[in-house]
Amino acid sequence: MNKPILLSRSNLILFIIFLALIAFPFVMDSRTLTILLTQILIFGILAMSYDILLGYTGIVSFGHAMFFGIGAYCTAIMLNDFESTIGVFLGSIVVGMIIAGILSFLVGLLTLRLKSHFFAMLTMAISGLLLVVAEKWRDVTKGNDGFTFKAPDVFKDRIVFYLVVLALLVIVFITLKRFVNSPLGRVLIAVRENEQRTKSLGFKTLYYKVIASIVAGVIASLAGSLYAVSLRFVNTSVLTMEITLDALLMTIIGGVGTLIGPLIGSVVIESAQHYLSGLARDFPIFERWIIFFGIIYILAVIFFPKGIAGTLQSKYYQWKAKKVQTTNVVPLSKNKESSE
Amino acid sequence: MEPIIRTENLSISFGGHKAVDRVNFQMPTKHFKSIIGPNGAGKTTFFNLISGELKNTEGDVFFKGKSLNNLSSVERTRLGLGRSFQITNVFPNLTVLENVRLAVQSKEKIRFNPFKHYLHYKKITEEAITILEQVLLSNKAHHIASQLAHGEKRKLEIAMLLALDTEVLLLDEPTAGMSLEEVPAILDVIKSIKSMGDKTILLIEHKMDMILDLSDSIMVLFNGKLLADGTPNEIMNNTTVQNAYLGGLYDGELIET
Repeated sequence: MNKPILLSRSNLILFIIFLALIAFPFVMDSRTLTILLTQILIFGILAMSYDILLGYTGIVSFGHAMFFGIGAYCTAIMLNDFESTIGVFLGSIVVGMIIAGILSFLVGLLTLRLKSHFFAMLTMAISGLLLVVAEKWRDVTKGNDGFTFKAPDVFKDRIVFYLVVLALLVIVFITLKRFVNSPLGRVLIAVRENEQRTKSLGFKTLYYKVIASIVAGVIASLAGSLYAVSLRFVNTSVLTMEITLDALLMTIIGGVGTLIGPLIGSVVIESAQHYLSGLARDFPIFERWIIFFGIIYILAVIFFPKGIAGTLQSKYYQWKAKKVQTTNVVPLSKNKESSE
Repeated sequence: MEPIIRTENLSISFGGHKAVDRVNFQMPTKHFKSIIGPNGAGKTTFFNLISGELKNTEGDVFFKGKSLNNLSSVERTRLGLGRSFQITNVFPNLTVLENVRLAVQSKEKIRFNPFKHYLHYKKITEEAITILEQVLLSNKAHHIASQLAHGEKRKLEIAMLLALDTEVLLLDEPTAGMSLEEVPAILDVIKSIKSMGDKTILLIEHKMDMILDLSDSIMVLFNGKLLADGTPNEIMNNTTVQNAYLGGLYDGELIET
């Protein structure tokens, strides 16, 4: 009852999905779908990183795009200025992560003492500031026009890049899962639940919030690096509020505090974006697909406040509790005791 | 012997109102002291000043002779001042066990390990379960805290405090809002803590029979001021206290004015 189970049913399902995702590009010979799937995975990484803030620590940040943008620019600039090899690509990811880590540390230290809404505003302001810098510093960023660059040769094959992104997503997922189930992760959840009480238990909550913000920032930077390579192009749009909102929507629609939720959210939003804008050729109304998005979002918040994953999860626990009660055993809680 | 807690002219004002007014008190270690006083006397505020939830505007609090003035509530907890809250203050969406486990985790100083799975710390879980057994809550270990009955939440509150295993326990009305049937269970828990004999306990309560039953000494707060401090007998026979406060005593239960 109180042990993490490696071979639990949910882990098995995840493993099967993982195998299906590996097989996918070889079975379906569709370049568009592979690209879409790559995009889904990349935003999945971003949304998971956002979930560490929103879902696990209860921090609402409106500036998450800055870390995504840092990763994207680091990779784009380094691949453009040096040679476009795997080594430089990997190096650029590391550099991006380090810069994002330092920035999120500083921003966190400065702002996380504030009450939540002030923090949200301040992150938005800092992110906005970074956007302006990127717009104006044209020597380096080429501003809003952006620039194209050459990706490493191996990534010419879209399937290879897809598999690399998939592998990174799995690594990030497992690492974050470990992270949130560690003693440290438990304290993050405690902060989300009741910060004042966490303090009175003797935890210095500011440290924990800063750590959460660093982890989220570093992972977001990784997503940004991959995003730039997937487009072979970068401009200031990677730093805009829209990226943050995407991450926010994916996390909320998918289900906060679940890690799987943001991935589901990424699937929903990226595919909706793809297919709805595809419909625009026949139905001009879909030029404004963002309207439908808004509707989806409103419906999701009204009917699935816990998001897709959260709703399914609590349905599952209810069902399990019922089953357990009829067999007269101690009722199980909805706590994720049994799922690693 | 050095008193474990001592206050020196401890005061706080909110605007012009002095909620706690130059209170000087001290208590020896392993002592059981109760604080009584009518609503608004400043009892909880006094607790908040000791535990660091509020910053005093004047005076000082000493723990084993060390000034606490510049220490945050977190640091005070780590030094050995644990408190429970009058208004139930738990982690609502976590299980009962998880609530207590977090407190044990803090006591064991397992704070920043980011990789090992928390369920692999068997000792922590076992300790949490032992404490839940102690407060008779182990049958609810896997219930979500917010779904507990009020009395059970109060027990959980005490369980979390016990799990911290601090030298000093500040109990803020552990029976607040409880039905009469639920009170004996809490009383038993507090008695068992007292009988273990290694804790210094400061208790805020309204139930006089309970206070007389438990306390080594009683202090009376009235309008933020320390009205009297002494053994239960002294307090019961103190005319100032009787006039100011115990005049409303009826059948062991205070009538709120």
